[in-house]
Amino acid sequence: METATLEKPDAMQLVQNENILNVNNLEIYYGEKRAVNGISMDIEKNSITALIGPSGCGKSTFLRSINRMNDLIPGARAVGEIIYEDLNILSPQINVVALRKEIGMVFQKPNPFPKSIYENITHALKFSGIRKKKVLDEIVEESLRKAALWDEVKDRLHTSALSLSGGQQQRLCIARTIAMKPTVILLDEPSSALDPISNGKVEELIVELKHDYSILIVTHNMQQASRISDKTAFFLSGDLIEYDKTEKIFTNPSAAKTEEYISGRFG
Amino acid sequence: MNSKTADRIATGVFVAIAIIIISLLVGLFYFILVNGVKQISFHFLTSPSSNLVAGAGIRDQLFNSFYVLFITMIITIPLGLGGGIYMAEYAKPGKITDIIRSCVEVLASLPSIVIGMFGLLMFVTLTGWGYTILGGALALTVFNLPVMVRVSEDAIRTVPRELKEASLGLGITHWHTVKTILIPSAFPSILTGAILAAGRVFGEAAALLFTAGLSTPRLDYSNWNPFTATSPLNIFRPAETLAVHIWSVNTQGLIPDVKEVANGSAAVLVICVLIFNLLARTIGSLVYKKMTATK
Ligand SMILES: Nc1ncnc2c1ncn2[C@@H]1O[C@H](COP(=O)(O)OP(=O)(O)OP(=O)(O)O)[C@@H](O)[C@H]1O
Ligand SMILES: [Mg+2]
Repeated sequence: METATLEKPDAMQLVQNENILNVNNLEIYYGEKRAVNGISMDIEKNSITALIGPSGCGKSTFLRSINRMNDLIPGARAVGEIIYEDLNILSPQINVVALRKEIGMVFQKPNPFPKSIYENITHALKFSGIRKKKVLDEIVEESLRKAALWDEVKDRLHTSALSLSGGQQQRLCIARTIAMKPTVILLDEPSSALDPISNGKVEELIVELKHDYSILIVTHNMQQASRISDKTAFFLSGDLIEYDKTEKIFTNPSAAKTEEYISGRFG
Repeated sequence: MNSKTADRIATGVFVAIAIIIISLLVGLFYFILVNGVKQISFHFLTSPSSNLVAGAGIRDQLFNSFYVLFITMIITIPLGLGGGIYMAEYAKPGKITDIIRSCVEVLASLPSIVIGMFGLLMFVTLTGWGYTILGGALALTVFNLPVMVRVSEDAIRTVPRELKEASLGLGITHWHTVKTILIPSAFPSILTGAILAAGRVFGEAAALLFTAGLSTPRLDYSNWNPFTATSPLNIFRPAETLAVHIWSVNTQGLIPDVKEVANGSAAVLVICVLIFNLLARTIGSLVYKKMTATK
């Protein structure tokens, strides 16, 4: 970054446009039924990519294929490529456990473990071999701070995470994900189950996180997509209709369908 | 008939059914307890039984019941839990899994007297052990295992899918997720199920008649070495349990106070089963509270 600023402004642009994921001709099937029809797109590093589209168009299906969460669904399979660090994520040789440490996920419904706030964060850390109490304490504080939750919970780290409000639980889930130091964070409608204030906090947090992580977010909230994302992808019935800078999508979309959708005429 | 009347009639029918069930239960307990509780005394619970004289107790039978139950649970719980985990998490949907599931169901619905006959063949004759506590416990395992598998499988399946996804999504392996998220979350239901199953095992007589036998050798309660013949802990000795005792005094008792002994034993048995049920209810929710609200 330092060197980039010394050169001409375009260099900065170049650094920013580096891609973290390349999706090529991705098709996803549930049994015989195709839910995603051969999409290709590049996801930029350190930016927020929003996935929008009407219910059932395949946003979650696509998102969950990126950290192989669809492996849990019997009969689900993906064809094509998702390239991450020169490897095809979809290849059977990929170690999904290691992959999911790099590509973390936050779900629609806050799903903290029925354990203490502290244990929610240390659970996966301990599994990955971090045992020293001091190190764990540090990571807990750091990730809770990043998730803007530290001040609210620092005096009750050892109480049950289920005693938190929905919004706090969702920020805890985000904290738990960033504690693993992933490179990509996938969020599937992370604030749809929350009240407006919690929603605002989660949104702020996501924008904050973009400096350190590459973020993909599914959302039904057009304002949210236009407020926080850098690029937006519009899905319709398993097709990627349009993928461009958010500003362009929301002010001057090229496809008529996109225009109709964002102006609320269907979906 | 408008929907309001229909609703009223339906409510009336359900209330009537509930009242019938409750009065049956209350009547049964009343009968057993009123006749039996007056027989229960410290002497009754702590003296050995007799084949000839009146005023004997049920000490050995009571001990045997608990000990057989204990041995059965030691065998059943790990096997049942393992089977339940396999069925809920690892078995791929398909023919083989369906066959396993049907086998478990058939096993669960076998009449216990048939299991007793099977036990006689397997654990008494074939092994050459004769009537033993171990043989009885194994027969009861055949009878109890399907229930335990079922209970554990259901308990694990009812853990919210979101929790499992959360754990896997953090890069935790399947087995570690099973161990640290699914089993602990399912634990209260598994415990409840296990205690209820224990109540069933505790009252079982038919499966034990031909496996643990109708007699108890002279026991020396100060002898804790399980490898000696007079030790109560010896698993290779015959053992008449409380439920079997009720059957045997009623059918072949020579003592003058058959009725009193049978009623007293029945009351003790019912009280124990009731306690199991109450424990199942309270411990399950207590453990759940303990586990979720760490403090
Ligand atoms: N487990 C599944 N088995 C079979 N079909 C599925 C499964 N999950 C999703 N589908 C189908 O795949 C298609 C895409 O679903 P997906 O959940 O990806 O939509 P979505 O865009 O996330 O919708 P929403 O906005 O409602 O969350 C739908 O037609 C859906 O019915
Ligand atoms: Mg979805």
